[in-house]
Amino acid sequence: MAKLNINGTVREVSAEADTPLLWVIREHVGLTGTKYGCGVAQCGACSVHVNGEVQRSCQIPLGDVKETDVIVTIEGLSVGASHPVQKAWAAVDVPQCGYCQSGQIMAAAALLKKNPKPTDKDIDEAMTNICRCGTYQRIREAVHAAAGVGTTGRGG
Amino acid sequence: MNNIVSDNKVLEKNMSLSRRTFVIGSAMAGGGLALGMNVPFGVEEAHAEAAATEVNVWVAIKPDDTCVIRIARSEMGQGTLTGLAQLVAEELECDWSKVTTEGITPARNLASKRAWGEMGTGGSRGIRTSQDYVRRGGAVARMMLLQAAADQWNVPVGELTVSNGVITHASSNRTIRYGEVAAAAAKLTPPDAKSIKLRDPKDWKIAGKPLKRLDTADKLDGSKIFAIDLKLPGMLCAAVKDCPVFGGKLASYDESKIAGMPGVKKVVKVKDSAVAVVADTWWRAKKALDALPIVWDEGPNASQSSATIADMLKDGLNATTTNGDRRNGDALKAISEALKKIEAVYSTPFLAHATMEVMNCTVKLSADRADAWVPTQNLEASLAALSEASGIPLGNCEIHRHDLGGGFGRRGGTQDYVHQAVEIAKAFPDTPVKMIWTREEDQAHDFYRPISQCKLSAGLDAEGNLVGLHVRVSGQSINALLNQKGIVDGRDMRQLQGLYDTPGDAQLGYDVPNLLIEYAMRNSHVPVGPWRGVNTNQNAVYMECFMEEVAKAAGKDSLEFRRALMKNHPKHLAVLNAAAEKAEWGKPLPPGIHRGLAQFMGYGSYSAAVAEVSVSPQGKLKVHRIVVAVNSGHTVNPGQIEAQVQGSVAYGLTATLYGEMPVDKGRMTSLNFDSYEIMRLAEMPKVEVALVPTYDFWGGIGEPTICVMAPSVLNAIYAATGKPVRSLPLKNVKLV
Repeated sequence: MAKLNINGTVREVSAEADTPLLWVIREHVGLTGTKYGCGVAQCGACSVHVNGEVQRSCQIPLGDVKETDVIVTIEGLSVGASHPVQKAWAAVDVPQCGYCQSGQIMAAAALLKKNPKPTDKDIDEAMTNICRCGTYQRIREAVHAAAGVGTTGRGG
Repeated sequence: MNNIVSDNKVLEKNMSLSRRTFVIGSAMAGGGLALGMNVPFGVEEAHAEAAATEVNVWVAIKPDDTCVIRIARSEMGQGTLTGLAQLVAEELECDWSKVTTEGITPARNLASKRAWGEMGTGGSRGIRTSQDYVRRGGAVARMMLLQAAADQWNVPVGELTVSNGVITHASSNRTIRYGEVAAAAAKLTPPDAKSIKLRDPKDWKIAGKPLKRLDTADKLDGSKIFAIDLKLPGMLCAAVKDCPVFGGKLASYDESKIAGMPGVKKVVKVKDSAVAVVADTWWRAKKALDALPIVWDEGPNASQSSATIADMLKDGLNATTTNGDRRNGDALKAISEALKKIEAVYSTPFLAHATMEVMNCTVKLSADRADAWVPTQNLEASLAALSEASGIPLGNCEIHRHDLGGGFGRRGGTQDYVHQAVEIAKAFPDTPVKMIWTREEDQAHDFYRPISQCKLSAGLDAEGNLVGLHVRVSGQSINALLNQKGIVDGRDMRQLQGLYDTPGDAQLGYDVPNLLIEYAMRNSHVPVGPWRGVNTNQNAVYMECFMEEVAKAAGKDSLEFRRALMKNHPKHLAVLNAAAEKAEWGKPLPPGIHRGLAQFMGYGSYSAAVAEVSVSPQGKLKVHRIVVAVNSGHTVNPGQIEAQVQGSVAYGLTATLYGEMPVDKGRMTSLNFDSYEIMRLAEMPKVEVALVPTYDFWGGIGEPTICVMAPSVLNAIYAATGKPVRSLPLKNVKLV
């Protein structure tokens, strides 16, 4: 039995050591906001925070996770979607299908924690998750909005 | 490859469920869908909303004035749910802040004699083909609520006014809320929906406004349950592999090699071409499947490759027989006699849809009952597939709704993954089994955007006027695989989408005195299907990039050359002008930046784009800005239209820059995002949208603007380098 600290709660999981953290979170812990998209660390739909760093959980085997590692998933990012990134995402009406947005929000939250006023170039470099609906323009706008520099406006 | 399309056969067997025959939409754009349906204005017969009073099928109202608006179509990010609710609410005159939505399941629709009409969501039809009856549904509900108030107060209904769900009788200074009269209203006989005069869109207060989506909240905190996230008591999970060569079979597998692997319950042969491992978790099923030795009987298609397919297409460019054409004058003669001739061959590759949520489906089968939970663009086609594959009568089947993690045409008429999940679930009666494809399986077994080549010839006179144009498309047919009824007398005009003579849906915006446009069908073994924008994408590249070559040969400005051919197409022209104006066509650009433009029509809407690009001395492309103009007739939600246009830029540019599915040894080779690259945020250009509605028709929005992305960018590259680009994707093209 491995012990995991997820969203502030330590839980015991009985999964094989080579099980990716993504599937431990989804199938053993039962939190499904973290998504499977590619399984090869390309798309970022599985992004979570591990000790404050954004990580692609499909590439982290359970055996590499220590009980002391602090894991935060989209469900644990805030209470009542109150994180500034979540509020900005709502204000800018970012999501289309929504499938990739947990990962996008986790990536943006990690960016702003390190860099409270990111430039467009900073956003380009940090926000590398794939969105097939193509919400990129509004993601950029929402990251700026969450950073408190206002929005560029989008006609409504 | 059997049973990939679920058509109306199963439903026809169950005619007792429906007063009139109807055809399940295969969700294929431009498919000429014929629907006979009960006009959906009535009152649902089978169900009643528990906590709300059903006023009619579209509207139920709770005592606290919450208006529950029913939605039949699928939501996959395109915003149709919010737009449809706006249209109902507009006529209902309710308080928008009190609107919620409820998705209708296909069994409920069938049991109510299809009270909610068509459920298929493809071809950019979600709003434009339901707008009339949903608005009438809202209006009927409003009239019944007003009548109920009039009856209660014993005053003429004409003396009442309503705003935001509050009914007022001004002369007696009385008000009453919708929630207070809903129960009485529900007992009234509804007025004749068809005779109601709907509100003029110019007077809209809820529709036509850039309101925020209704379905955002649970996408922000991880609580939204997509079908892939489903958890049911006792549920098992399945991973599946189909023969990588299309048309191949499963020869054998060695189950003993995975005996004792954790969680594994069973290995299941799935029809004659696939094998699944079922386990207690999906990861364990997938791991065991990867360890399972499988022998495939790849069959004759294993000799096919991109090169053999290209040769086949090339043959079609010069073949004497064709599969559909349009013509006026004598193009071949005019070109041969012209002072100046231009000729070029273009090509576009197979593309995968790559929805972020991979194909998945959960099925539970019992002796006399079948349930499925599935992301689908066509709930009724999924229902038919479930019944057909399980043998359970349609009336004992249900599809549980889940919004889709992307659709793009993949999950409409092609219900292959539902059939597969049913076959697997048959091995576990009374047990829900969730089948999830890996990304690799999803890339390997798509219904790809059809591959094609196009040979174009043009003739110019001494003044540089276009006197003749010949377009020969040689490529794969979607109808040949998925909708053979669409091929009439050997003619398959669908592959010429956007080049039609007939107005209204996908008309070519140019008049050429001598014109010949032909399609030669050349079908490979690779399955094809509708891909967001379908054949407008390829045809717009061919037509609009070649027009650029011809304009250059004529020594004319790209915009002026096109305008001269568009005099009889004022709507096409107006949109082209709107894009040019917003992009300040003709105004000098900063050094190194070049413009390209394109215009095209599809899904009843008119689109044009101006791209601004730079190409570095090393040949590196950067797309800086794209201005897109679109006339969709009406604009139900300008904010969501803008989002769709932005999304279409990303989808269209991904295809332009990176998109290709090469074939080797009969199978697909780009099986994940490391090789099938997707454009990311850093490459997203600044998108500016000009909405120029003319309020005299209803066009689509999900698809029409994609097709102008590739040609506008390619034409800008041509302006930058002086060399036309004639094949996609750009990652394979040396620009300088």
